[in-house]
Amino acid sequence: MLKKLTGGRIYDPAHGIENEVHDIYILDGRIVKRPDDTRIDEEIDVRGKVIMAGAIDMHTHIGGGKVNIARTMLPEDHAADVVARTELMRSGSGHAAPSTLTAGYRYAEMGYTAGFEPAILPINARQAHMEMHDTPIIDKGGYVMLGSDDFLLRMMAANKDQESINNYVAWTMNQSHAIGVKVVNPGGINAFKFNQRKLDLDENNQFYGVTPREILLRLARAVKELGVPHPLHVHGCNLGVPGNMNTTLDTMEGIEGLPMHMTHIQFHSYGTEGDFKFSSGSAQIAEAINRHKNITVDVGQILFGQTVTASGDNMRQHAAHPHAHPNKWVCMDIECDAGCGVLPFKYKDQSYVNALQWMIGLETFLMVDDPWQVFLTTDHPNGAPFTSYPHLIKLLMDKTFRNDILSTLHPEAQKASHLASLDREYSLYEIAIMTRAGAAKLVGLADRGHLGIGGAADITVYTDDADREKMFSTPDYVFKDGTMVVKDGNLIEVTWGTTHVVKPEYDISIEKSLKPYFDKYHTQKMGNFKISDDEIIDDGRGSLTVQPLHVGGPI
Amino acid sequence: MTEMTDSGMWLEVPSPFCGIASDDLTIKVDGNTVTVIENGDVVTKKGFETPITDLSARVKGQAVSLDKAVKHIADLLRTSKQPLIAGMATDLNGARSAMALADKSRATVDHMFSTDTFKNILVLQDTGWMTTTLTEVKNRVDVLLVVGSDIEVGFPSFFERMVWNKESMFDQEIESRQVVYLGSAPSGDASTSPKGKKAQVLACDNVDLPEVLSVLRALIKGKNIQAQSVGGIDISVLTDLAEQLKNAKYSVVTWAASMLDFDHAEVTVQTLCEMVKDLNLKTRSSGLPLAGKDGEATVNQVSSWQSGFPMRTNFSRGYPDYDPYLSNSIRMLAEDEVDTLVWISSFNIDNTPPKSTAKTIVLGRSGMTFDKEPEVFIPVGTPGIDHAGRAFRTDGVVSVPLRKLRDSGLPSTFDVLTAVEQAL
Repeated sequence: MLKKLTGGRIYDPAHGIENEVHDIYILDGRIVKRPDDTRIDEEIDVRGKVIMAGAIDMHTHIGGGKVNIARTMLPEDHAADVVARTELMRSGSGHAAPSTLTAGYRYAEMGYTAGFEPAILPINARQAHMEMHDTPIIDKGGYVMLGSDDFLLRMMAANKDQESINNYVAWTMNQSHAIGVKVVNPGGINAFKFNQRKLDLDENNQFYGVTPREILLRLARAVKELGVPHPLHVHGCNLGVPGNMNTTLDTMEGIEGLPMHMTHIQFHSYGTEGDFKFSSGSAQIAEAINRHKNITVDVGQILFGQTVTASGDNMRQHAAHPHAHPNKWVCMDIECDAGCGVLPFKYKDQSYVNALQWMIGLETFLMVDDPWQVFLTTDHPNGAPFTSYPHLIKLLMDKTFRNDILSTLHPEAQKASHLASLDREYSLYEIAIMTRAGAAKLVGLADRGHLGIGGAADITVYTDDADREKMFSTPDYVFKDGTMVVKDGNLIEVTWGTTHVVKPEYDISIEKSLKPYFDKYHTQKMGNFKISDDEIIDDGRGSLTVQPLHVGGPI
Repeated sequence: MTEMTDSGMWLEVPSPFCGIASDDLTIKVDGNTVTVIENGDVVTKKGFETPITDLSARVKGQAVSLDKAVKHIADLLRTSKQPLIAGMATDLNGARSAMALADKSRATVDHMFSTDTFKNILVLQDTGWMTTTLTEVKNRVDVLLVVGSDIEVGFPSFFERMVWNKESMFDQEIESRQVVYLGSAPSGDASTSPKGKKAQVLACDNVDLPEVLSVLRALIKGKNIQAQSVGGIDISVLTDLAEQLKNAKYSVVTWAASMLDFDHAEVTVQTLCEMVKDLNLKTRSSGLPLAGKDGEATVNQVSSWQSGFPMRTNFSRGYPDYDPYLSNSIRMLAEDEVDTLVWISSFNIDNTPPKSTAKTIVLGRSGMTFDKEPEVFIPVGTPGIDHAGRAFRTDGVVSVPLRKLRDSGLPSTFDVLTAVEQAL
């Protein structure tokens, strides 16, 4: 069935196209050239409308153990946002940690067609995929978490060569069906189990004698040498600690030019100046990002209101527990592999610290010059639920709106920020880079995030509206793999997306050391740890899409 | 996992029966007869070896085709004013299909062991906790405090696998591990170390645990206690235990909620979880709730991610409505609130539906017998024997792949409930 979208204004940064009018043809889920002799089965008039590829959330906690703990522990938050069943949709619940079904519907209704879970513990990967399997419409995938796992730290302590590390990383990515590698508080989650309460970049884990800096270098190099397109995804040391901007700057310098993605950078951009001993480090951080083309960041913008923070960083989450709101929280040590911490949190606009966090995030967006280096996230749900993205887009695109809100915030925080003086307003083209073309390139999705011939027909159609929040909340149409799933902001069809992975090569001999290791120390056999392709395909609704690797090889 | 087809032997078979998901079993399959050859215990042996008797569905006691039984269930649900899907002893896809059916038929969902599960879930939802998982226990525990639970009865392999293992990752001398029971004493010797060191037992009646744990927590917080003894335990003994926990590097406090058999045990679970948090201000300590049998861990996970709420959720208004009191299946059945009960019990033939006035549909393990023949009985396959599946274990983190070991022809719970949903 051939579809034609006629006369839209195309924003396709992957091909350098900004606001050009041309038609798009869709056949069998793909964008195709205008066929000479095929009859057009359906023509959709999109004259005057803004056309972008479907949006991609490159960092969103949508599946896995800690998210499900967050769901279970917040019945009151769900009860205030229950979603009734319809002919088309299952019931569920929303707000901070929505049910999987509701999450998929709401992403699609906002024009998003893919989301990536950034913290898949190898030992919990099976669960993460089960939950993503139950998340409709959008494509998904995830980054597998390494860096506090005993096996890696043991290899590093024994000074194993880089090739062995690469093998282990590739093996783990394959078994857990990941598209990237994440490290969270490198070595710190592990150190917490030995009762270390902080771990600076050059501080030794007391058991292994390994530092976070070394872990980052080893893993960043492994990812690069394996040809994995997504750079090492780093949640750095000292999250949330005043003064952590210096650690962050040090981390950027310390990676020696290797590709590195620093996630929710807002939480890592704090100084210690002023009466409150808490200040914005965004100017220095943005300047460093502008200088280091190997670095990308997503912001992890906070927005005011109730949410829940769910993180693998149990060391920092434990330290933050006095701030839990409401006062309940969970920390877990997990399988000599990783950990997690879940704290409900309420960001308050009359709190100096929260107001300044809001400003730091926006300052970062506005001071990073190149939109290919910065990505739009709230670290869902940690800074705010993903449903607030249209509001965040308006903050970036509308200076008056931004400054009106700014003027209502904690007065001392206003004095501590120069946000009011930043005149930049993001353009539609820049938004399309951050949320589509740039995100696809960063994650390593060859056929998504663009509107070129052969690309997947994940397409979002908006009515240009000066109120950008309204515009991005309710697209006119959303197409997922060529199927119209949303019309006038409402879901009209439920489809099931694919799971994107990469399959870096590894030497099977790694299992000669892994099998006895599992037998001796673990409580699950290696053979049962592995997740088969069949488990992703599951009841037939799921599928795997293997994305191409870059050229790898020893550096 | 490897199948050795010549001899019908399967290696490294995961168990969905034992709560700790033992996955080192060697199993022999001969036709429909399954035998655990190596590494079994009483729970896993019974789980795998229960023979198949029925292969055919019944309506009102008469053998019928599966299609007919499915249609009959759909008819009952269509006219039901208050359906209940309970038991819920199933695997991942069984739970998914039960949730989908509950949503469509506006039923209430609950698991057969929720009375115990909610002693924990209510704490998670009120104050939270710090917990750990089995591999951490196996490699790190130095002091294990067992509260009110004779755990070797329900979890016969726990000590052998998690405490008295041969070696740990971190060069700990395994024999140096200390086991302390508070409340009921162990009934056997599973907690005794390989060299014969017996567990220390601070015995009291479990009904005195609320008071005893409050005092222990107070001592850990450094409060002065005026009383000389509590629940028959001398305060000086509890003071020593408090010191032992404060001096431990990685203590683990474990309990089986099913054995905390006194009113409002959730408050006691809360006290011990808050005590663990107190210990963590200076050293490391973690809770370890032991449960997870008959799909309990699995269905609560699936329910939470699909609806936002754990078990005891009702869909009668068209959206999930969570109420741990009103949607308690045992209470609902006892008070005649249910007209149609779908009882799912695919692991254990002893777990039959409670007596009630509801028209009862049972998706049960083959071999199940009833005092009163249910309206509909469909013998379903057991996950991990008759069909593939996945199941979570007690810590809620690790799940295991379950394999199909024999070709019995029994349908899965997923097959049956999906057919019912489509017939509605």
